[in-house]
Amino acid sequence: MADKTHVDAVTGTATTGHVWDGIRELNTPLPRWWLWLFYITIVWAVGYWIVYPAWPLVTAFTTGTFGWASRSAVVTDLNELKTLRAPMTTKLAATALADIKSDQALADFAYAQGRSAFRENCGPCHGAGGGGAKGYPNLNDNDWLWGGTLEQIRQTIEFGVRSGHAKAHESQMPAFGRDGMLKSDEIVTVANYVRAIANLATRRGTDLAAGKKLYADNCAVCHGAEGKGNKELGAPDLTDGIWLFGSDEASIIEVITNSRGGVMPAWAGRLDPETIKALAYYVHTLGGGEK
Amino acid sequence: MSLWHKHAIFEKNSIVLVIGVLVVIAIGGLVEITPLFYLKSTIEKVDGVRPYTPLELAGRNIYVREGCYNCHSQMIRALRDEVERYGHYSLAAESMYDRPFQWGSKRTGPDLARIGAKYSDEWHRDHLRAPKSVVPTTVMPAYPWLEATELDFAHIEDELKVNAALGVPYSPEMIREARADVKAQATTDAPDAAALLKRYPRSQARDYDGNPARITEADALIAYLQVLGTLVDFKLYDDKANIR
Amino acid sequence: MAQATVAPKSMTFGEGGTAIAFTVLALLSIVVAAKAYTPEYGFHAYLFAAGSVAAVFALFNRYFDRPAAPAPLVIDGKPNYNMGPVKFATVMAVFWGIAGFTVGLYAALELAFPVLNFDLPWISFGRIRPLHTSAVIFAFGGNVLIATSFYVVQRTCRARMVGDIAPWFVVLGYNFFIVIAGTGYLLGITQAKEYAEPEWYADLWLTVVWVVYLLVFLGTLMRRTEPHIYVANWFYLAFILTIAVLHLGNNAAIPVSLFSSKSYIVWAGVQDAMVQWWYGHNAVGFFLTAGFLAIMYYFIPKRAERPVYSYRLSIIHFWALIFLYIWAGPHHLHYTALPDWAQTLGMTFSIMLWMPSWGGMINGMMTLSGAWDKLRTDPVLRMMVVSVAFYGMATFEGPLMSVKAVNSLSHYTDWTIGHVHSGALGWVGYVSFGAIYCLVPWLWNRPLYSVKLVNWHFWISTIGIVLYITAMWVSGILQGLMWRAYTALGFLEYSFIETVEAMHPFYVIRALGGALFLAGALLMAWNLWQTVNARQAEPAATPALVPAE
Ligand code: HEC
Ligand code: HEC
Ligand code: HEC
Ligand code: HEM
Ligand code: HEM
Ligand SMILES: [Ca+2]
Ligand SMILES: [Ca+2]
Ligand SMILES: [Cu+2]
Repeated sequence: MADKTHVDAVTGTATTGHVWDGIRELNTPLPRWWLWLFYITIVWAVGYWIVYPAWPLVTAFTTGTFGWASRSAVVTDLNELKTLRAPMTTKLAATALADIKSDQALADFAYAQGRSAFRENCGPCHGAGGGGAKGYPNLNDNDWLWGGTLEQIRQTIEFGVRSGHAKAHESQMPAFGRDGMLKSDEIVTVANYVRAIANLATRRGTDLAAGKKLYADNCAVCHGAEGKGNKELGAPDLTDGIWLFGSDEASIIEVITNSRGGVMPAWAGRLDPETIKALAYYVHTLGGGEK
Repeated sequence: MSLWHKHAIFEKNSIVLVIGVLVVIAIGGLVEITPLFYLKSTIEKVDGVRPYTPLELAGRNIYVREGCYNCHSQMIRALRDEVERYGHYSLAAESMYDRPFQWGSKRTGPDLARIGAKYSDEWHRDHLRAPKSVVPTTVMPAYPWLEATELDFAHIEDELKVNAALGVPYSPEMIREARADVKAQATTDAPDAAALLKRYPRSQARDYDGNPARITEADALIAYLQVLGTLVDFKLYDDKANIR
Repeated sequence: MAQATVAPKSMTFGEGGTAIAFTVLALLSIVVAAKAYTPEYGFHAYLFAAGSVAAVFALFNRYFDRPAAPAPLVIDGKPNYNMGPVKFATVMAVFWGIAGFTVGLYAALELAFPVLNFDLPWISFGRIRPLHTSAVIFAFGGNVLIATSFYVVQRTCRARMVGDIAPWFVVLGYNFFIVIAGTGYLLGITQAKEYAEPEWYADLWLTVVWVVYLLVFLGTLMRRTEPHIYVANWFYLAFILTIAVLHLGNNAAIPVSLFSSKSYIVWAGVQDAMVQWWYGHNAVGFFLTAGFLAIMYYFIPKRAERPVYSYRLSIIHFWALIFLYIWAGPHHLHYTALPDWAQTLGMTFSIMLWMPSWGGMINGMMTLSGAWDKLRTDPVLRMMVVSVAFYGMATFEGPLMSVKAVNSLSHYTDWTIGHVHSGALGWVGYVSFGAIYCLVPWLWNRPLYSVKLVNWHFWISTIGIVLYITAMWVSGILQGLMWRAYTALGFLEYSFIETVEAMHPFYVIRALGGALFLAGALLMAWNLWQTVNARQAEPAATPALVPAE
């Protein structure tokens, strides 16, 4: 259906003469601005190829005149950051944990570094603000499983608890029920005894004397005769009203039956020593700071 | 007009148009893809990367099945904030046995390339069962069915075999022992753990899902999560070695 | 044609061959179903068996019902167009569109209110999201493309589509593929390759369907009675061919067994990443761009009753577009473990792609010159023109996001989602709606039930789009900035979870925008339903099946 002479009346432009299902095509030339922009993008691309790594060859690739590489660039960026922090970081490395707070600028720095690392790495377990969750201790109170001095906190963070690290806190409560050390009625009894020393209501008819005996025979080694706990062993104080796994009878029975053996990962290796130091300082401020 | 006229050959002959299109679209792909198979610099030479253990592979398949890649990347870009947040930037070698790759394209949740050993198994259990129980403001869905579902590894040898056929270095012994290795790795203090460790260095054998009596999908998925990013020792890695 | 009337009725080679093939497939499916490793795969095998049996039944039914002679190619000197498959695909497009938008809305609501995951495997976000992307791109978009391509190729070639059973095989087979893919995602059957999630057997089935699609399309081109091939058909052809190549390359996989739904991709790691985004980017470039440009090239000039703006621009932008698009894939992998040289190519070719993309926009927009006044009265045309504007916007934003410095911020964030949906809702959605509003009255030979409702559709969904993409731009840039924010002392300022919390309001606004977009589409469905079911009282406004001059 070619009609080479057809001219569109509205635009005055010639069409190509073809008609498809009533559709014609104008023979408008390429818009100038469009063509120029296209050329400019091509020239820009060629320039970019010269400057940056771009074309694969037989055994290598063109590396560009700058020798730029994303992997060198990020190392440079990280080093800049290190340089920015360096005066304080060196100071932090050189200062004993206990002395950080006497240097206000250093204390602010350690706090900032600790806060940043805490929210990213520790928040998922201990909560963004350190409030903890069932099974993950609250770090805001001044009650510590493994001790709340700066040095003890640093040690816990560096090596973790039952983390598999050679220097981790290892002690673990036996699974009295699962491993057949106590019968289930005995567990109920001793659990109620624990509630009793914690000033909580006990199940009616519990033989607390028997509970006391069971406790003394099995638990006192770790939790102490009065249930005040033992930080050497990470055994919690059972009388202070602060519970890691819950204070209701069922939760206590569950702990005694199966033991929980919560794991706190070791951060040595993943975080650098200064970050761990800063974290210890930060966590210490959260809990009010045991001497 | 003359040059424009020449285009008629494509407009008048559909086969010429087909050939023209095929030639034009072939070039870019060939130039960009083929060199990745022969340029030595594409995949770095590093120590430590090994194929997944059968249990980790099964876990990876659950990761694929649940579509975790829709929210999580596994690719730490060479950018300052990413390296500070997630750890060393990812190497191509670290995903060289990944079929399919799971680098992802959207971070609704954090990057998982180095999630291994960052948290405890118990945390992963809690988090997969009910993410809000540990992270109250998360938008991650709960996956309670994983710890309730027995892992189906009846055909795990076949899975290793196909991978081996595609070039993953699974030895005949690894294939033969695949089922035993699943059981060994999902058990704390398993007697066969030493043999597993020999076949798969840095593998860890333990009950991942907190239920020693069963091997569940949670065992497999957590075993996979716990190995991510742990195979290359970046204390020994030279940052100047693989600039490309 | 005269001798055909006396020929005795006999089964054609196509009918017989297809029936045999389906019988074999049915038997094979039953064997697979019996020995399947998982019940989910068994379910799919039964679907294949049921589908095959239904196909055999339909083939025989059709054979007994049809006249002895094959359908004539020409009646009274005019082409006897085959519009049955076109109608079917048009209806399916509307159906899948609504389904896909609904699932998108649900996914959006899950991110805003995670309780909606209800702890159920099959609706959890990780399974729903691919369902959404496949439903809108392949089910909705794919049916629109098949419907319009079959329509346009016939009309602009002035020839009846080749094949008797083949066109039906294409539309039915394609929709069967969608059902397998979609139910698979919900059941956890996926290859976890974005936009290519269906497993090996669905991929194989699609390959067969696609080859037949290509043959039907190409055969019709060859049968044309016009001397030249119209520009829309260049684009359709490039789309069909390239998608075939991409599909084969990216889905190369080995199944664990015939009885297992699971397969392993032959590529691994960094190579798989490159192949995936060679595919993924060009799924955008050829499915969502070239194919829909073809739609634009027919429906805009037709509706505006104006000639296409520039033939020369068509030529240059067509070849430049398809050549350059293929290279741009690595812009999805900036700063990753893909080597730097490949990233550079991805970035620079994306920049060079800007003008060729705008060439399409110019050709679409400028076709309106001399007919701008129609935009006031014809909301259908307005929809298509706005879609071209969105196309221009997305193809400006895309090259911008390809610049490494920009991508270092935008990648992994909602900015990408905003970009996607300005292209998807604005361009793909609107040009499809425009084409459907044209097609239904033409195909069913009735006037559109209500132009006023189209106007409502236009405005409601435009507000929806604006809410959606502005919310995502703000949240994406906010997210990117928060991730890289440092305190004065040089430490990361925000933890990841704080950035998740900051997204919440934007997720709610996005869901609202999605709801409006869906509401508009529901209005469309109602309007079309009324159109098709109207009693055929008055003659159609545009005579449909009257062949071209
Ligand atoms: C996988 C979860 C998890 C992560 C992540 C985690 N912790 Fe812990 N953390 C625990 C558990 C569980 C305990 C309690 C272990 C026990 O039962 O003794 C603990 C204990 C502690 C203690 C000792 C508390 C006490 O009362 O003595 C400190 C201090 C601590 N964590 C700090 C941190 C810091 C700092 C980080 C981040 C660098 C961190 N934690 C990351 C799980 C975690
Ligand atoms: C070998 C030391 C050890 C012995 C013996 C022991 N425990 Fe423990 N207990 C611990 C440790 C360590 C924890 C810390 C919890 C954890 O992370 O596993 C703990 C935790 C608990 C808790 C949970 C406290 C909370 O805050 O939720 C209770 C209750 C408890 N023990 C009761 C008992 C009783 C009752 C017995 C005796 C039947 C007992 N324990 C014997 C070490 C011991
Ligand atoms: C709807 C999006 C979404 C899906 C789907 C999803 N996640 Fe998450 N994920 C998140 C978000 C948001 C976080 C950050 C908050 C948190 O820890 O819950 C997260 C955190 C995590 C973390 C902790 C990462 C860290 O460094 O703190 C792990 C591990 C994880 N997800 C694993 C998975 C696995 C495995 C799956 C699939 C079975 C999955 N996720 C599916 C959104 C998602
Ligand atoms: C009612 C309308 C729609 C709504 C509410 C909606 C919602 C969504 C949501 C919530 C996501 C996931 C985003 C994320 O992971 O953060 C998404 C992704 C996506 N949607 Fe939509 N969508 C709609 C329409 C469409 C249409 C019409 C198309 C295409 C034609 C489309 C294509 C996509 C694509 C390609 C993605 C994946 C993006 C990526 O991976 O980067 N959507 N959509
Ligand atoms: C010149 C044209 C275009 C260029 C250069 C371009 C570029 C880009 C870039 C850089 C990204 C982000 C990649 C990332 O950081 O992960 C992207 C994502 C995307 N774009 Fe475009 N874009 C263009 C046009 C379009 C159009 C018209 C659409 C139509 C619908 C579209 C759909 C998408 C989709 C679906 C994604 C998401 C892919 C994913 O991550 O899942 N793009 N595009
Ligand atoms: Ca187990
Ligand atoms: Ca696939
Ligand atoms: Cu792209």
